[in-house]
Amino acid sequence: MAELVLSGDEAVAQAALDAGLSGGFAYPGTPSTEIMEYLQEYLGDKRAGAGDADGGAETGSVLEVRTAPRVAQWCANEKTAYESALGVSFAGKRAMVSMKHVGLNVAMDPFTNSALVRIHGGLVVVVADDPGMHSSQDEQDSRLLADFARVPCFEPSDQQEAYDMTRLAFDYSEEHEVPVLVRLTTRLAHARALVKTAPARDVPARGKCTDPYSWILMPEMARRRWLALLDKQAIFRVDAEAASRLVLGSKELGVITCGLARAYYKENEDEWARAHGGERPSHLHIGRYPMGAEKIRALVAHVERVLVIEEGYPFIERDLRGIFGAPVPVAGKMTGEIPLAGELSADSVRLALGLQAREGSAVAGIEVPGRPPQFCQGCPHADSITALKKALEGEAEFFTASDIGCYTLSALPPWNAVESCVDMGASVGMARGAASVGQKHAIGVIGDSTFYHSGMTNLIDAVRYRTPMTLLILDNGTTGMTGAQPTISGTSQLPKLLEGLGVEKEHIRVLEAHKRALDMNVAAIREEIAYDSVSVIVMVRECIEWLKKARKS
Amino acid sequence: MTCDIILCGVGGQGGLSVSVVIARAAMASGFLVKQSEIHGMSQRGGQVLANLRISDKEIFSPTIPKGKADIIFAFEPLEALRYLSWLSVERGTVVAATTPIRNIPSYPDIESVLAEIRKLPRARLIDADSLAKQAGNVRSANLVLVGAAADLLSVPPEAIEKEIVALFSRKGEAVVQANLKAFEYGRSIQHG
Repeated sequence: MAELVLSGDEAVAQAALDAGLSGGFAYPGTPSTEIMEYLQEYLGDKRAGAGDADGGAETGSVLEVRTAPRVAQWCANEKTAYESALGVSFAGKRAMVSMKHVGLNVAMDPFTNSALVRIHGGLVVVVADDPGMHSSQDEQDSRLLADFARVPCFEPSDQQEAYDMTRLAFDYSEEHEVPVLVRLTTRLAHARALVKTAPARDVPARGKCTDPYSWILMPEMARRRWLALLDKQAIFRVDAEAASRLVLGSKELGVITCGLARAYYKENEDEWARAHGGERPSHLHIGRYPMGAEKIRALVAHVERVLVIEEGYPFIERDLRGIFGAPVPVAGKMTGEIPLAGELSADSVRLALGLQAREGSAVAGIEVPGRPPQFCQGCPHADSITALKKALEGEAEFFTASDIGCYTLSALPPWNAVESCVDMGASVGMARGAASVGQKHAIGVIGDSTFYHSGMTNLIDAVRYRTPMTLLILDNGTTGMTGAQPTISGTSQLPKLLEGLGVEKEHIRVLEAHKRALDMNVAAIREEIAYDSVSVIVMVRECIEWLKKARKS
Repeated sequence: MTCDIILCGVGGQGGLSVSVVIARAAMASGFLVKQSEIHGMSQRGGQVLANLRISDKEIFSPTIPKGKADIIFAFEPLEALRYLSWLSVERGTVVAATTPIRNIPSYPDIESVLAEIRKLPRARLIDADSLAKQAGNVRSANLVLVGAAADLLSVPPEAIEKEIVALFSRKGEAVVQANLKAFEYGRSIQHG
C-alpha cells in the first residue's frame, strides 16, 4: 500500500498496472492522453513525476514502451487500439484501451461488438469525456454509449475511486466476460489528489480463449451471444444497486449525484444544512450503470422533491422522469436548474440547491479581452498556412476544409484560413465531396497524425474517382495539441504510402514548411490546385513543442 | 485552515509548475491538497489556469468556487483581472507580475491594467522578471511571485525550498540555485 498524488488519468493507469495489465493501447486525445503517458513512464522506469517544469504529466512520450511481459503503445487510431486490446483479451491477458469521448465514436464498431464476445482476459475501456469542450468538438456523454452497447459503466467521483474502480473493472470484466467502460470527465482526469494504492497483483496468464465460437460473431453465434449479454443486464443492475450509496436525511430535498457532481454537491452541503436547521439533504450517489431502481425508489418515497446533478447529459434524470413522470417533482438539467450545456461547478450546483450566489471581488473596470490559443512561436503550421493563403490570393472560388489538430487554429484571426473542422479525417472527405459536385479548388488541410488516423481511407476514394482536389498534409511528426506524441509512422514513409494509395508520383510534392521556402511553396501549391485530379503536398518540419521536449530530455 | 489558490498566466510561461511545488510542500507539511489544471488546446499561447486547494479538512470540488480564492498568482498582469470574481472579498490577495505578454491585438494599455490591480484592497505587484534575472534565470520569475506571497501560504518556506530543490535537481545545480534565489528575492520584498 502506498500513497501517491495522482491525477484521475494517472490513478487509472496506476490501477491498471497494479491489476496486472499486459497491454495498454491508446490514441492521444485530451483529456485522456496522460493515461498512456503514465503507463509508458512507469513501464519505462523513466517517471519524471508530476514535476516536469512545463506543467505536470505532459512529458514527452515515445511510441511504445515494452517491458516484458507488458506493453504500452500509441496506435494509429482508437479503433486499432481497441482491436489490439481485444486480441490481448483473447490471448488471456488483461488489456486497457483509453481515449477521449469522441475517440469512442471511432472505436464504436469494435466496442459494441465486443460486448457480445466472451471477454477472456479483463478488458477495460477508459473514456474521458470533455463537458465544457475545453479541447473538443462536442460534449457527448459516454454513459449513453455504454448503455447503447449494454456494457457496464463505472463512473468514479474522485481520484481514489478512479483507482479503485479501475482495479475492480478488470475483475468484473473477467467475472462477467464483458468489457467494462470507465468514464472520466475533464476535471477528474486532470485534477490531482492523494490516492491510496493496494498491492499490485501478478500479471495473470490464463492462456488463450478455448471457446472460439464465443468470439465468432456470425449471425447464428451472435444471436446466442446477444441473448447472453441481455441476460447479464439484471446482474449488472443488482451489482450497481449494491454499489450505490444512499443516506436518508432531510425530507425536504433528495439529491442524486454521479461522478464529479458529488464533489460539487458536497462543497455546498454544509451550507445547505446550516440554512435548513442543521439537517442535510437525503443523498443518493450512483457510481455504476446500468443503475438499479430500489434506492432511487427509497429516496423518492422519503422526500418531497428531488434534484439530479450529473455531469454530461441528463441520463439518470431522463430515466427518473420516464414517460409517466416521477411521483415527486424532479429538478435538474431538463428543467433548467442545472445548465444543460457545459461542465458543472460548485457555483452552478450551489444555485441549483437554492443557495445564494457567492460574490467575488469586483470585476475590473476595463474590458479584459480573451486570449485564445494560438500557434507557438516558430510553429511550422504558421508557415504552411501563410503559403496556402498566399497561393489562394486572387482566387475567387475555393474551399479549404480542415481537420482536428493545432492547425485548426488557423481558422481564427489573423489567419481565417480554413473553413471547416468537423472530425478526424473529415478534411479529406469534405474536400473530395465538394470537388465531386463542382467546387473549384477544394483543398484539405490535415496533420500527419490525423491523416494516419482517419484521412488515408478518404484519399483512396479520391484516387479512385480522380477527384480534382489537393490535400495539404502538415507533417510535423507528432500529435502536437496533446503534448507532442510521436506520429505512428515517420515522415520518410509518407510519400511511399501516398504512392501506394495510388496518388500519382508527380503530384506528391514534399516541401519544407519554413518561411525561407515561402515563394517556392506558394508556387507549388498554385501548380497543384490547378491540376485536375488528386494532388498531395506534404509540408515537412518538426513540431516546436516536440523539439523543446526533446531538448529537455 | 483552508487556502484556495488560483494560478493564472499564458500558455508557454511554464507557470503552472509552481503549483506542483506549493502542493508538494503543503502535503509534506501535513495538509490535504487538490490540484486542477486544464491541458490541451488552451496551452498553445492562450490563457491558462490552475486551481490549488490546500486544507486540513477533506477537499471536495477540484475547482475553487467563486469568491473563495485566498490568493491569485498572476504570472501575467492582465490574467489577474480575468479571475477577480473568484477572489475572496474579505481576504483575497492578488500577487501579479508586472510584465505584460502582448500576444493579442486588443491588449489594453498596461498602465490601466496595473492601475486596476492596485485598486484592489490587497494587491502585490512584483517586477518578477527583473528579480528573476538578478537571481540568474529569467525562467524563475514564477518563484519570485511565490516568494512574494510566502507569508500567506501557511506552508513553511523551508518546505517550499525543499520542493524547489527536488523539482530542479535534474537540471543541475545552477538552475536549482537560481530558483532558490528567486524564491528568496520574492520573500525579501516588503509589502506596504
